Amino acid sequence: MLIPLLSLSLLGGALGLALALAGRFFKVEGNPLVEEVAAMMPNSQCGLCGLPGCGVAAEKMVNGEVELTCCVPGGKVLAQRIADKLGIPLSLEGFEEIVPQVARVNESICTGCSKCYKICATDAVFGASKRIHGVIAELCTGCGKCVDICPTEAIHLEEIAVTLRTWRWQKPLAQGVQA
Amino acid sequence: MRVPLIDRLFDLLDRAAHWGVHPDYRKEPAASRLIGKLPLPPMLYLPLVQHAGAPARAIVKVGDAVLAGQLLAEAGGTISAPIHAPAAGVVEAIGPLPAPHPSGLAVETITLRVTGSEHIDYAVCNDPFALTPEELARRVEAAGVVGMGGATFPSAPKLHLGRRMAVHTLVINGGECEPYLSCDDRLMQERADGVLEGVRLIATMIGAGRILIGIEDNKPIACKAMQQAAEHFPNISVQSVPTRYPMGSGEQLMTWLTGQELPAGARMASIGVLVHNVGTAYAVHRAIRFGEPLTHRIVTVAGNAVRQPRNLEVPIGTPASALVEFCGGLTEEPLRLVMGGPMMGLALPSLDVPVIKGSSGVLALTAAECNETEEEDCIRCGSCAHVCPLHLLPLDMAASVRAGDLEGAAKLGLEDCLTCGACSYICPAHLPLSHYFDFAKGERWANEQSQRQTDMIREMTEAKRERLAREAAERRAELMRRKAEADAAKQKEKTL
Repeated sequence: MLIPLLSLSLLGGALGLALALAGRFFKVEGNPLVEEVAAMMPNSQCGLCGLPGCGVAAEKMVNGEVELTCCVPGGKVLAQRIADKLGIPLSLEGFEEIVPQVARVNESICTGCSKCYKICATDAVFGASKRIHGVIAELCTGCGKCVDICPTEAIHLEEIAVTLRTWRWQKPLAQGVQA
Repeated sequence: MRVPLIDRLFDLLDRAAHWGVHPDYRKEPAASRLIGKLPLPPMLYLPLVQHAGAPARAIVKVGDAVLAGQLLAEAGGTISAPIHAPAAGVVEAIGPLPAPHPSGLAVETITLRVTGSEHIDYAVCNDPFALTPEELARRVEAAGVVGMGGATFPSAPKLHLGRRMAVHTLVINGGECEPYLSCDDRLMQERADGVLEGVRLIATMIGAGRILIGIEDNKPIACKAMQQAAEHFPNISVQSVPTRYPMGSGEQLMTWLTGQELPAGARMASIGVLVHNVGTAYAVHRAIRFGEPLTHRIVTVAGNAVRQPRNLEVPIGTPASALVEFCGGLTEEPLRLVMGGPMMGLALPSLDVPVIKGSSGVLALTAAECNETEEEDCIRCGSCAHVCPLHLLPLDMAASVRAGDLEGAAKLGLEDCLTCGACSYICPAHLPLSHYFDFAKGERWANEQSQRQTDMIREMTEAKRERLAREAAERRAELMRRKAEADAAKQKEKTL
């Protein structure tokens, strides 16, 4: 009884120690570029790109496995910054700017269960349990996690409408060859 | 060694440095006709955004009966302006209606069904110069006065700023360099005394000792009238400035009159100068002397498609179509409708939009006037760089924008560009240069917003993660504490 117990725990202890030492001495340095790109990402793990998280997306961007424009909340600006960091030209061809969306709470259905603000990565949903919740539009990435979790379907995503404040001139259609 | 005379000569040469263009004035026949008074229209449409800054907040409800001069919407922030009823009537609706803007987008608008012209009791002030500057500025603020030259920046914050920043010179802009427009010209000709009192009131408010009034030399009668009005005030100098576009830009006029230059990105007050428009001065005079809020303005109705072009004093909120109708209607289908001047004004999708505080003109232009020409190749002639009032390089800036290099354009001074359109006007290849700059500025602004949002999302996510970790740690600590307490209690029981 005592012998197998002792031998097994000794073995376990020795192997554990060996693993810990190996982990420290044979540590594989991650690609520093991936870490740098990951630090530029929104890091809210919204999943709108279809990948499991911002870290994975950063890695795949660096490896050229996904488009630089795949991050929805980051948009064109983030893609440009990452392209600058990686030193590769950014092709916006075929890139359609996704109309940004925000979550909105329907006050007449919301029961104040607080599930949505617990799941929100950016604390864009505010409120308290048994109180109607609201959404801070500036912080909302439009990931839709709150929509999925809401038991009463009180939250939906809405496109952000263009207003006089946000309207902008379109790029002139180029005709001739220019300077 | 500095020789004053030579310095002065260089100074003159410098000021005469080339910039600007000379488009046809096309101010006649509107400029030689008296200001007409538009009768009250049956309906007034008052957008809650008529000024730069935060939208006003409606304080009336649908169905409310109001008198002329009554407050309809209060200022929505420090940089904002209240909106008053131009006529007595009933609030018919408050909701989105098309704004006078090229996009045709809707903006929250108060619809007023006009019933008459009975007005509230205005607080007439017989001795405005006895009031303190603070009180004067407060009254201007309450009257909803904004910059009438077109920028519609609320006047009151500018007046407060002037007092804080030790402004020594007040420049009054009577340049009116845009073709077609003559509303300031007529105002100075017909109501010079009112304008001058407004000018003196503004100077009192900001504490400026020197007043320079600049009027382009294609308006000699207005200049004469203003000089006569200013005769007894030695600190006021009414000067005729050469006619060249964009002399009516605050910065250009200021540099011409004072010889001072505005550093890139700096505010006018930082070099001790403030610029106000003559129309603003007149509005200040009405607001202080007669207690009237800003509910009317003078609008030039012109363009070859208009039967009888002239200047009209109109209640703010009048549909542009009513102005054209009053001027005899259209003689032909206009190619382009413009609110403001042809160089910097806004193209309108239709005339079914209201005149707002900043609307200096309503133009209906025929195809012959518009000179729409096919774009050609840039030949790098440099005309655009020659006429740019800020001595930028429009051709290089546009090339950068076209190639998608917004930062490159910014390095060439994109943010200093006034988008005055002098470069587009002069370009022999008809390149839409200022359109590129409008686009690039909007794009840069949007990018900045996007960047800010990404940063904010990252910060908030991190903050939430930290908070959750802290809360978990606190819970654990609490649990441990309770356990320790329970153990201690048990121990005690045992010993007893």
